[in-house]
Amino acid sequence: MKTQIVIIGGGPAGLAAAVSARKAGAEKVLILERSGELGGILNQCIHNGFGLHRFKEELTGPEYAARFIQMAKEAGVEAMTNTTVISVSPDRSVTAMSREKGVFTVEAGAVILAMGCRERPRGALRIPGLRPAGIYSAGTAQKFVNVLGRMPGKRVVILGSGDIGLIMARRMTLEGAKVLAVAELMPYSGGLKRNIVQCLDDYGIPLLLSHTVVDIRGKERVEGVTVARVDDKLKPIPGTEIEYDCDTLLLSCGLIPENELSYDLGCELSPVTSGPRVNERLETSIPGVFACGNVLHVHDLVDYVSEEAEAAGAAAAAFVLQGELPAGEPLRLVAASGVRYTVPSTIDPGRMGETQTVRFRVGNVYKDCRVAVYLGEERLRYIKKRIVTPGEMEQVILKKSELSGKTGELRFAIEG
Amino acid sequence: MKEHDLICIGCPMGCNMHVTIDEEGVFTVTGNTCPNGERYAKTELTKPQRQVTSTVRVLGGALDVVPVKTAAPVPKEKIFDCVRAMKGLAVPAPVDLGQVLSENLADTGVDLIATKAVGRK
Ligand SMILES: Cc1cc2nc3c(=O)[nH]c(=O)nc-3n(C[C@H](O)[C@H](O)[C@H](O)COP(=O)(O)OP(=O)(O)OC[C@H]3O[C@@H](n4cnc5c(N)ncnc54)[C@H](O)[C@@H]3O)c2cc1C
Ligand code: SF4
Repeated sequence: MKTQIVIIGGGPAGLAAAVSARKAGAEKVLILERSGELGGILNQCIHNGFGLHRFKEELTGPEYAARFIQMAKEAGVEAMTNTTVISVSPDRSVTAMSREKGVFTVEAGAVILAMGCRERPRGALRIPGLRPAGIYSAGTAQKFVNVLGRMPGKRVVILGSGDIGLIMARRMTLEGAKVLAVAELMPYSGGLKRNIVQCLDDYGIPLLLSHTVVDIRGKERVEGVTVARVDDKLKPIPGTEIEYDCDTLLLSCGLIPENELSYDLGCELSPVTSGPRVNERLETSIPGVFACGNVLHVHDLVDYVSEEAEAAGAAAAAFVLQGELPAGEPLRLVAASGVRYTVPSTIDPGRMGETQTVRFRVGNVYKDCRVAVYLGEERLRYIKKRIVTPGEMEQVILKKSELSGKTGELRFAIEG
Repeated sequence: MKEHDLICIGCPMGCNMHVTIDEEGVFTVTGNTCPNGERYAKTELTKPQRQVTSTVRVLGGALDVVPVKTAAPVPKEKIFDCVRAMKGLAVPAPVDLGQVLSENLADTGVDLIATKAVGRK
């Protein structure tokens, strides 16, 4: 089988990339999706809060997905569901497996990685105690409740204040469960502020910052958990234990990009995001292989996922139609004080569009600060912010006119 | 004059807003990125509202439940009445996206609509 562009993953990133690639002139665009339907994680995110920037109205996850699925249909994008990609090679041949077709290979002119992310498994969190039933990742619980219509338990403690955990605190409360507390190891929440207001404050659910679960009781089924305060080295402080009687513990301890395929393919990954390093066209270190959405770095706003994916789709179309553009000396983006990473990692001023969006996250909470961008000694941006937090992605838009002809480092920093 | 610090829940940006209400009851809102923030601040400080999302049972569908939302925000104190009313419903498949599943849910004057299409089993 041969096609111009193969997109791995049919979530919002894959769908937007596909539509944009078609609009940019690619004739054959194929999405390969592991699950039985398109839409990705949005199918289980039944709450509202999607698309306000994109569609100027507030949609639920399934509604946002439905719009893009419709656009993809109208644009003539092909899609195969129940099809899992098992490997990608540097010559851009993609091997996949489905029940109907068995194992098959597609030769593609360009490949777009859009596999999304997955939750940190519990093993990585090292909680002592037995391993009774009643411990779920928040995303698994979300799927149980919202897609399968089954409640995992009645009295719940949630570890981690990531968005899924916050959303599930409200969801389980509405379904009649008692959510006793949300414990967060860090002194700040990893989730969006609006979710703390709407999902915890509205229902009087306590958020215990700088707390963690130190023990899980119960043999067959969870019977209770012990939560304790942690010191500034994140070690539990003896004597601060609180006991909760509960039958369920949800873990919402962050997401990591799903990059086994990217790793096996040999593309260079960022140790900070666990996603591929990309240039200004969102192309990985393997020519003709692009990445967008949560597989690249974890997003909190689907609107920005769509925007990023559209850029990747257009770049992939240009790659198959015009071939690799001649490269110049790229500017290297450096995450300096307070900034954890930037996407992209390099910008080639000669190849960039009229503007270039740079997205990044900070490593701590900073109030009344500035986002500063330097090109060598020259300060390009000095943007006032009332607050920046690790839970919320920031962005800066740079212009071709200010980068063109320049070389060296572009430094991003948070300043007081 | 009264002052409030408020986080807009209009969208995931979660803008930090500062609201002052003077003697005449005039609102001055700062920190919002878009006009929705100002609107939210006024309602939140006078009559708080929330849009409610949940699921409703489907009979004979490819899925056992269909996601739903209230077509508009409802008064905050009515949230649990709405959820109870939803629990009492069961709709036959197929369900269309946008289909009204219940009119005037729990006497709020707001309809309940499906946010996803669910085909027959
Ligand atoms: C619980 C939760 C709540 C959120 N709330 C909001 C919100 O209120 N507002 C908002 O704007 N954003 C929200 N987001 C963020 C937003 O929904 C996500 O950032 C967005 O869905 C990511 O899109 P994606 O396409 O990158 O990934 P996904 O949606 O995860 O899609 C990836 C797809 O790739 C497929 N896939 C993976 N590996 C393979 C493979 N090997 N072969 C084939 N297919 C594969 C998967 O099956 C999946 O369908 C939320 C996210 C979560 C998890
Ligand atoms: S003010 Fe506008 S941009 Fe800011 S959170 Fe509210 S709705 Fe979103």
